[in-house]
Amino acid sequence: MEVKNKTISFNYFRRKATNILMLFVSFSAAVITIIPLILIFYYTIAQGIAHLNIDFFTKLPTPVGESGGGMVNAIVGTLILIAIGGGIGIPVGIMTGTYLSEFGKNKFGALVRFLTDVLSGVPSIVVGVVAYTLVVIPMKHFSALAGGVALAILMIPTITRTTEEMIKLVPHSYREAGLALGIPKWKTTVMIVLKTAWKGIATGILLGLSRAAGETAPLLFTALGNRFWSTNVFQPIASLTVYIYEYSTAPFKDWNDQAWTAALVLILLISLLSLIFRIITRSKYKT
Amino acid sequence: MKINEQIDISAIVEENIQPQMASKISVKDLSAFFGKTKVLKNISIELPEKKVVAIIGPSGCGKSTFLRSINRMHEVVGGTITGNIFLDGEDIMKLDPVYLRRKIGMVFQKPNPFPTMSIFNNVVAGLKLNGFRNRKALKEIVEKSLKAAALWDEVKDNLNDSGANISGGQQQRLCIARTIAVNPDVILMDEPASALDPISTAKIEELIFELKKDFTIIIVTHNMQQAARVSDYTAFFYMGELVEYSDTKKMFTAPDKKQTEDYITGRFG
Amino acid sequence: MLNSPGESLKERESFEKIQSYFKKSKEKKTSGFLNKILGNNNLGDIIFERLTLLFAVLVFSLVIFMGWEMYSHSVLSIKQFGLNFLVNSTWDPAITQVFGALPMIFGTIVSSLIGLIIAVPLGLSVAVFLSELAPAWLEKPLSFLTELLAGIPSVIYGLWGIFVLVPWLRDVVEPFLQNEFPNSPFFQGAPYGYGMLAAGLILSIMVLPIISSISRDILKSVPDAQREAAYALGATRWEVTKIVLSNARSGLLGAIMLGFGRAIGETMAVTMVIGNRAGISASLFDPSYTMASVLANEFTEATTDLYLNALIELALVLFIITILINMLAHLLVWSTERKWK
Repeated sequence: MEVKNKTISFNYFRRKATNILMLFVSFSAAVITIIPLILIFYYTIAQGIAHLNIDFFTKLPTPVGESGGGMVNAIVGTLILIAIGGGIGIPVGIMTGTYLSEFGKNKFGALVRFLTDVLSGVPSIVVGVVAYTLVVIPMKHFSALAGGVALAILMIPTITRTTEEMIKLVPHSYREAGLALGIPKWKTTVMIVLKTAWKGIATGILLGLSRAAGETAPLLFTALGNRFWSTNVFQPIASLTVYIYEYSTAPFKDWNDQAWTAALVLILLISLLSLIFRIITRSKYKT
Repeated sequence: MKINEQIDISAIVEENIQPQMASKISVKDLSAFFGKTKVLKNISIELPEKKVVAIIGPSGCGKSTFLRSINRMHEVVGGTITGNIFLDGEDIMKLDPVYLRRKIGMVFQKPNPFPTMSIFNNVVAGLKLNGFRNRKALKEIVEKSLKAAALWDEVKDNLNDSGANISGGQQQRLCIARTIAVNPDVILMDEPASALDPISTAKIEELIFELKKDFTIIIVTHNMQQAARVSDYTAFFYMGELVEYSDTKKMFTAPDKKQTEDYITGRFG
Repeated sequence: MLNSPGESLKERESFEKIQSYFKKSKEKKTSGFLNKILGNNNLGDIIFERLTLLFAVLVFSLVIFMGWEMYSHSVLSIKQFGLNFLVNSTWDPAITQVFGALPMIFGTIVSSLIGLIIAVPLGLSVAVFLSELAPAWLEKPLSFLTELLAGIPSVIYGLWGIFVLVPWLRDVVEPFLQNEFPNSPFFQGAPYGYGMLAAGLILSIMVLPIISSISRDILKSVPDAQREAAYALGATRWEVTKIVLSNARSGLLGAIMLGFGRAIGETMAVTMVIGNRAGISASLFDPSYTMASVLANEFTEATTDLYLNALIELALVLFIITILINMLAHLLVWSTERKWK
């Protein structure tokens, strides 16, 4: 009897100890995960801020060996690229998401849903290759348009799935109310259901756009890069991310420094984008 | 036996409705299905113009489905019907459902004003989204509909606020105003007060009494006192069948059927 | 109170306007072809459905089209090398124009596996912590931070890798490893910092948030009833967690595979730290090459058609591998999440 009690209590303490140990282990894992995040932010801010000045936002890059200059062309280029990407990707994503939630309760819907998920796992560089064969080869030269097409393909899965999920969250009663007022079904879907889901959809769009703004690989051989001022969508265009890549792998200290600044500006740009978006989509009413 | 009962009931109905009262909606041999389940069994009933008809019965008796099939809202939830429903002599299945729903409006159990629209736009949603853009007329309609829904005095100073920021009772009256604004002939109400507090419920009931001057009203309710208070006629549904349909006063004092009596006196359901 | 006596709501002017408006719109339908299109409500519904369907078909065909597009632009290389492309270890664009992808396939898989070896235990622990153990006030900020990690652009990881991670590996970690394990085949050669180890480490940081957030969602989809049943039997928190983990294991496997798929296709950060030299070596200190980094480095330099075709074929191989991994992973995740719906 006594022996049995002892094993029970021993067992009990062993189990308790394992419990505490595992709690500690998983907590440490969470802490370890956060460390790189802190390090990356720390370095980007600390290194980037040193060369952050007005010139960076107003001047063009200087030739090798000449210090100073800025990346105004790349900032504008990045904006143009995500505008092209969004211009194509947002309507495709919203329409496909609407199809999936409204009419997609069949096999074809399930297949599209599945392929959208799979598409989101296709490496961005592969998407760049497709944009190259699709746009660059027929046009015979690199262009902002080709880069935008690549970014659009990358945005589609995010926007499609968010649209679908957000529409599904709209209570059925709003749809019924619209129909019962004698509003045609499609108008009810567009003017009432989509409008109600709009805030969530906008979050998905924002996510898609900010990811696109941070993409480099699909731009390397589509938009290419440009050391001069260009806003022509049929010509190569500069982007912050390609500059970060080129300047960080170049053997010039100057350029390396500017790469950090470009990284900081990119992060600021993405944050600014989300801020502007939040203001635009802020609904008049708190729901 | 059952078929005989049906005939008997309609005979009673015919007697009960005053001869000068035209029948607004006439339902002939209506059955409703969800998939293979038959939820309504051969209902025939005449619904008189500018009166309030209450539909009562235990949950699952088909009363909501009956209500929904009148403006074809059963289609939205995947139901099908057989038999005929006539609105002013026209078969509703031959009408465009969008047009039909303008003629037969509906108020739901849970207040559901559109959260992205102002109170003003909620009221005229059914008009604006159908392309009716006469600004002056819209303003007038908002005022009159809200007055008719007894909400005007409470919201007239904040018509641009969200329709979702007012109280539940106000929201439901807003939904009624929204339905009135389309200028229907008939208003269907699916337990319009069941989600509301007693004071808001009293207001809705008072409102129904006023609205029947202009509209034919059919109200589904699980609350028998409510049915007794607001309706002119009452229909008792049980297990998908119309058991009894008569003058409300008669229904609640001297029902013909034993089942009705049991239900009304609270012996089941 | 509502209507002054004798005046009905419906007789008022504004409501008459509605009546006539709707009457007109009803009449419009029956006259004229164009009006029929614009006024007929059912037709509007049909057009709307077809229009959204068109876009769904577009997205559906996009995936297939991408594969076709790459195939048709790599025919030269496919014809010339056949299956040898996958097993030949010579990549010589300069002189012999022989293209074999084996070193890149090796580099891709090994760097991804190193990434996973580090990221899987950490990511799963974080997921367990977030879904099972963390107090509510800590869960939200932690989830937010891990998702922030997933949002950092790849090129910034690479930038950080070049200027922070690589010097640290070169000066601290690699000499230390060489001292401690002088005979290990994994730690041979000069410690440059750039190489397989750097690529694996940076990949582990990058896939960790993916694995942890998907795993967390999967664990959260396990119904509480299962936890309560175990608690009721006197299980400790960790014992309950073990039960939850074993119930969700195929979904967790899916999460890991999604992380693997991401690592395989990751381009910029890897390209910037892996050293970019084709070769198969056991040492983690040696430079290597991945399929994605070859594309990033050489695509714009491809001077001959065969070279370009070979690169596009490489993209096709990468595409097929990631598609297969993702399909399997999504099926696993779906089947787990659906089990409890």
